Amino acid sequence: MSSEFKNPVIRWIDHRLPVFTMMEHSAVTYPTPKNLNYWWNFGSLAGIVLVVMILSGIFLAMNYTPHTSLAFDSVERIMRDVNYGWLLRYLHMNGASMFFVVVYIHIFRGMYYGSYKDPRELLWIIGVLIFLTMMATAFVGYTLPWGQMSFWGATVITNLFSVVPIVGDYIVQWLWGGFSVDNPTLNRFFALHYLLPFVIFALVALHLVALHQHKSNNPTGVEIKGDRDTIPFHPYYTVKDAFGLGVFLLIYLGFTFFAPNFFGEPDNYVAANPLVTPAHIVPEWYFLPFYAMLRSVPDNFIDAWGILPIIISAKAAGVCIMFGSIILLMFLPWLDTSKVRSANFRPVYKWAFWLFLFNYILLGYIGGQPPEGAMLTIGRVSTFWYFFHLLVVVPFLGKYERTLPLPESISAAVMAKESK
Amino acid sequence: MKTTLFAALIAGALAFPAVTNASEGPKLPAQKWSFDGPTGHFDRAQMKRGWQVFKSVCAACHSAHQLYYRNLVELGFSEAEAKQIAAGDNVPAGPNEAGETHVDGQPIMRPAQPSDKIAPPYANPAAARAANNGALPPDLSLITKARKGGADYVHAILTGYKEPPAGFQLQAGMNYNEYFAGHQIAMPAPLVEGAITFEDGTNATVDQMAKDVSAFLTWAAEPELEERKRMGIKILAFLLVFTALLFALKRRIWSDVH
Repeated sequence: MSSEFKNPVIRWIDHRLPVFTMMEHSAVTYPTPKNLNYWWNFGSLAGIVLVVMILSGIFLAMNYTPHTSLAFDSVERIMRDVNYGWLLRYLHMNGASMFFVVVYIHIFRGMYYGSYKDPRELLWIIGVLIFLTMMATAFVGYTLPWGQMSFWGATVITNLFSVVPIVGDYIVQWLWGGFSVDNPTLNRFFALHYLLPFVIFALVALHLVALHQHKSNNPTGVEIKGDRDTIPFHPYYTVKDAFGLGVFLLIYLGFTFFAPNFFGEPDNYVAANPLVTPAHIVPEWYFLPFYAMLRSVPDNFIDAWGILPIIISAKAAGVCIMFGSIILLMFLPWLDTSKVRSANFRPVYKWAFWLFLFNYILLGYIGGQPPEGAMLTIGRVSTFWYFFHLLVVVPFLGKYERTLPLPESISAAVMAKESK
Repeated sequence: MKTTLFAALIAGALAFPAVTNASEGPKLPAQKWSFDGPTGHFDRAQMKRGWQVFKSVCAACHSAHQLYYRNLVELGFSEAEAKQIAAGDNVPAGPNEAGETHVDGQPIMRPAQPSDKIAPPYANPAAARAANNGALPPDLSLITKARKGGADYVHAILTGYKEPPAGFQLQAGMNYNEYFAGHQIAMPAPLVEGAITFEDGTNATVDQMAKDVSAFLTWAAEPELEERKRMGIKILAFLLVFTALLFALKRRIWSDVH
């Protein structure tokens, strides 16, 4: 194996530590379906954003002070007096938003093309775990600048854990390291914010191991059947990913340089003040759909069930719904029983998918509005539909949908498309 | 078609922050600023006028905690001028040889230096409240980033003082302002026509002063703005060409895939 390398130094190393063989297998000769469209760019993009976040974050951490009386000013010092500190900080801020944009597209791509199905269930579940860890990382990270939204966002979200029966209040105090969000909270959040990205990194490694076991899914959803269906990763997908990265950077850096606070809340440029509550406490945009679900359970709805209020409050129900919405995603491979992967050959599921996506974006919009009047009603219907889609529509379609005939193979599909 | 739909939906998702929390007050009148747009820059003459307004009006009650006197050089002042401006203010001197910071309960003071932060008008928030009828004048160094609308908002507040409409219950010591949330603001109208004489001879109307100080406060909040936009243009121009080349390369490499 190692004799393939011409360079004697590389050959010497590879004979003892086969890292070059490994790279050759997983990034050069790695057989990849020849028909991947641009929606398949977002996996590698997410990996690149993770690296950008870790690098910019390490340099920010060198200049940041995790103390309630110094944190806000230390961030401003980064913005003003650290060489290119403003660039590091704006890259990191906008990088977080871009990470979620890229990962959301990656997740919905997987849903459309059925990438979670046998034999890729664990690949999907590890992906959901990455998404959960990203959310935790983003949440603790948003606390660090110690602005008004940092403080009040942290207060609202940590308080969610108080709904755990009996030990809830103890859990919250344990998270805080005290009796309110304060200096111990900031300290541990900083430690966690440095730790969690490396947990994500490890999960991404597992994600890749699982991916390379059965290779990429593709727009037809038909498995690779032979050499005619694949092309080597390099140069075909390295150049395609590089081009995608260029387009992505134009957007990412466009925001970073020309609208760096587009995704932010003005309130976070006001130093945290435990005595002044902002008019609207709004999480970062990528949490808004879940925020809408959290606020969707009405008090009187719970009361109407008589016995339920003793067991579960409206707040507890909201928290269960919010976390349940993500946990449920892990079961998607078994909820969807259709043998056909790609929505291209599932005429009804295709529409259900677009409705689900629209509904999710609608939830995000509702999450950013004050929870009252029509907004609350729409939010409740939307929350219902999120669960109805996953628990009823998907299993039902898996059983009864009449799917279209699948192409014989990937290469047959490509040929048919070209002869048209 | 589907791709476009998807892209449109994602773009819609991205626009969330822009549509959340519709402002409570009337729409802010949009002003023309030299720092708008991708090639925006700060107008140095306006910066100096803005500093003059800030120093002689705002700074009587508001701090600018993030600014140092040395930063004034970026506005077009010479180092000697920045030194001179600093020397006009007093800051706590710190412990003397006897280890004392206060004499007779009063802090020992010394003239400020360029390396000092701009001297705040009050020793602490409690003193600020005591002097302002219980209201705390906010720190202004980040105000254009800390309010929706930025410089437009600051300008609107400064020019938005009006007689309250009939039937409006104005609390004692409060002032009516069209653009302030709830319309009741503790700050009395700070700008009066001709209250200061601009060193460059510009006519000191309320609108002019409001514009100049809003521009100055934008610089105070985003001193990196000019460098950021200049660098951004270069980098995006490079990326545009590089990405186009990558696209050509991609098409060429893929031309043998069937």
